[in-house]
Amino acid sequence: MRVGLFVPCYVDAFHPEVGQATLELLERFGCEVEYPFDQTCCGQPMTNSGCHKESKATEELFVRNFKDYDYIVAPSGSCVNHIRNNFDAVAQTDDVKHVRARTYELVEFLHDVLKVDGFPWAEFPHKVTLHNNCNALRGLNIASMTELRAEKFSKPRDLLGMVKGLELVDITRPDECCGFGGTFSVFEEATSARMGQDKARDQAKSGAEYVTSSDSSCMMHQEGCAKRLGLPTKYIHISQILNGERV
Amino acid sequence: MPARGPEPQPRGAIIRGNRPIDQQEAARRFMDAPEHLAMHDQRLWDLRKKRDGQKEIIEEWEDLRQLASDIKTHTLTHLDTYLEQFEKNAIANGVRIHWAKDAAEHNSIVAGILRSKNARSLIKSKSMLTEECGFREAMAHEGITVVETDLGERIQQLDNENPSHVVVPAVHKLRTDVAEVFAKTIGSDPNNSDVSYLTEQQREHTRPLILKADAGMTGCNFAVAETGSVVVCTNEGNADLSANTTGLHIVSMGIEKIIPNLNSLAVFVRMLSRSALGSPITQYTSHFRGPRRGAEMHIVIVDNGRTDRLGLEKFWTSLKCIRCGACMNTCPVFRRSGGLSYGATYAGPIGLIIDPTFNRHKYSTLPFSSTMNGSCTNVCPVKINIHEQIADWRQVLAENHEIPAFKKSMMKAAGALLASPKLYRASLPMADSALRHLPRFVLYNRLNTWTRGREMPHVPKETFHQWYKRTRGVDGKKK
Ligand code: SF4
Repeated sequence: MRVGLFVPCYVDAFHPEVGQATLELLERFGCEVEYPFDQTCCGQPMTNSGCHKESKATEELFVRNFKDYDYIVAPSGSCVNHIRNNFDAVAQTDDVKHVRARTYELVEFLHDVLKVDGFPWAEFPHKVTLHNNCNALRGLNIASMTELRAEKFSKPRDLLGMVKGLELVDITRPDECCGFGGTFSVFEEATSARMGQDKARDQAKSGAEYVTSSDSSCMMHQEGCAKRLGLPTKYIHISQILNGERV
Repeated sequence: MPARGPEPQPRGAIIRGNRPIDQQEAARRFMDAPEHLAMHDQRLWDLRKKRDGQKEIIEEWEDLRQLASDIKTHTLTHLDTYLEQFEKNAIANGVRIHWAKDAAEHNSIVAGILRSKNARSLIKSKSMLTEECGFREAMAHEGITVVETDLGERIQQLDNENPSHVVVPAVHKLRTDVAEVFAKTIGSDPNNSDVSYLTEQQREHTRPLILKADAGMTGCNFAVAETGSVVVCTNEGNADLSANTTGLHIVSMGIEKIIPNLNSLAVFVRMLSRSALGSPITQYTSHFRGPRRGAEMHIVIVDNGRTDRLGLEKFWTSLKCIRCGACMNTCPVFRRSGGLSYGATYAGPIGLIIDPTFNRHKYSTLPFSSTMNGSCTNVCPVKINIHEQIADWRQVLAENHEIPAFKKSMMKAAGALLASPKLYRASLPMADSALRHLPRFVLYNRLNTWTRGREMPHVPKETFHQWYKRTRGVDGKKK
């Protein structure tokens, strides 16, 4: 199975350890992983601002980089949501359709495609609370949503449940958006920061030592808010926990 | 609790003619009032939680949502048929029907009816359509006194403010704010903010106005084509008061309120209050089929931009809205900004997608006041894909030059940068460079804003890209 690794721009720049953990984790499960060198971004920032046309060239570059892989995996639900559900600045060729259908967020790839049943190397003896990015939650259905009447499930919880010593704790508003929202975090800074601070307080109140998520973007924002408030909560990407990082 | 807290109630968006609304500016002022913010957020979140509880009790909840959505789609695509059927049946019931193409026509029709009856005062139950039409102001010009019978709406009227929420119009006010308004307007004790005291004061003051009124007006939650009747849902019974106290009942109704029959009504009645307040049903679900003996009943059927909206391929389903307010209760931006920050009749998620249909320029900023997290779409009882329509609006606005020029050029630059691996790599921040902040393409000249409420992320020594090249080489083989 040839897997193309997509490391989104902000992971590349701010959280290289997330890219590394994702790569190693996939290799542990026997995937033949390649990192196409000319990758940049999925085009989401422009589309998010309404500038679809401006994301066309970026989307084309993405397709050129990844069209030949069986699967494309990224440690970021919001980018995968963009590719799967909003990737329409480009003409919908067979290559584009292939890329859209075959791009997976890391957790769903492990859960649905590799169907992993254990992480024997992983041990994380800490209280952890989980943050589901809105795009991963409501766009990719990574877990059931509190607004809907549906069977309860959570793919990230299933995976974290296989990690020795890890104890999951809940916050009071589990599915509330943390206010990152892509370019919203910049253009509507005040509301964004307030939402992030509320989220960080809720997380701290749960008694969790760590917050984990399959999205670095939300966590980067939440971590910034927690630090500003002087909260002790630490933030770690789910790929690092599953890859056996000890802290 | 002291009646006059130190914190004045924040006011809504500043309206400057046709200039785009600065929702953020008003939101910031709302967030700067911690008591109001905390109360507002918690009140609405409680409604959302109660709504979640109701949904758990009803096993067929998701099927009901689908059914409600399907009925609305069907009705909206056969609107002419059902409106004609409704008109025919209502006339047969003894109701007089009027058609208004816009707000001005609505107001002049109502003024005409009132004039013909020599009516100088009107009692009215809350109606968003009349807000949309600027009805109270128009009646003031005609010398007609309008008294709101809904408590929250009455508070807003006395305070000279619009409703801040479609279901709970004064939800952004603390009871001390209400005490202050009542002290100024109806002479109650400014230091007493006890809820039953305030309600009683208001009742004592308003009751004579109601009893003396010459005419009554209600909105319309649902208009049933099969029976020609209108249905109004209230918790205070004030629609009955408005309809029955005088000999003249005028109903103000948008064309999209029509539904085919009583069977379909049952679906909406089950959804409305559960979605809105998390209660199984409203206290009063009043059916008005025709005038009482000796009385008159008029229905003004209003378009005011609705048929235009029906022609908008991406946005016509917004007409399915039954105004339950669930999308506002769940919206994290609304809860922290207050409904008046949107500077429009309709606030929150549904407002973001219908306000620009009224005025694309003035409301061009609203679709950006969202993280598009999708919670609104999930709670909507008629399954409007609200967050997707918000995204669609952004696109329409950007393509029609209704976004700030700097934003557009910034996105152009970002698009060019991200399409070129070489340029992109060169633009990334390095630990040892002066650029210890987010990539320029994300922040550009707005760098300063990130840190107002947050710390900057830590910048690592090397990017993933560099690490990969160093440890594995360009071909990916481990070194
Ligand atoms: S859009 Fe949906 S959730 Fe919002 S007010 Fe209308 S019906 Fe209710």
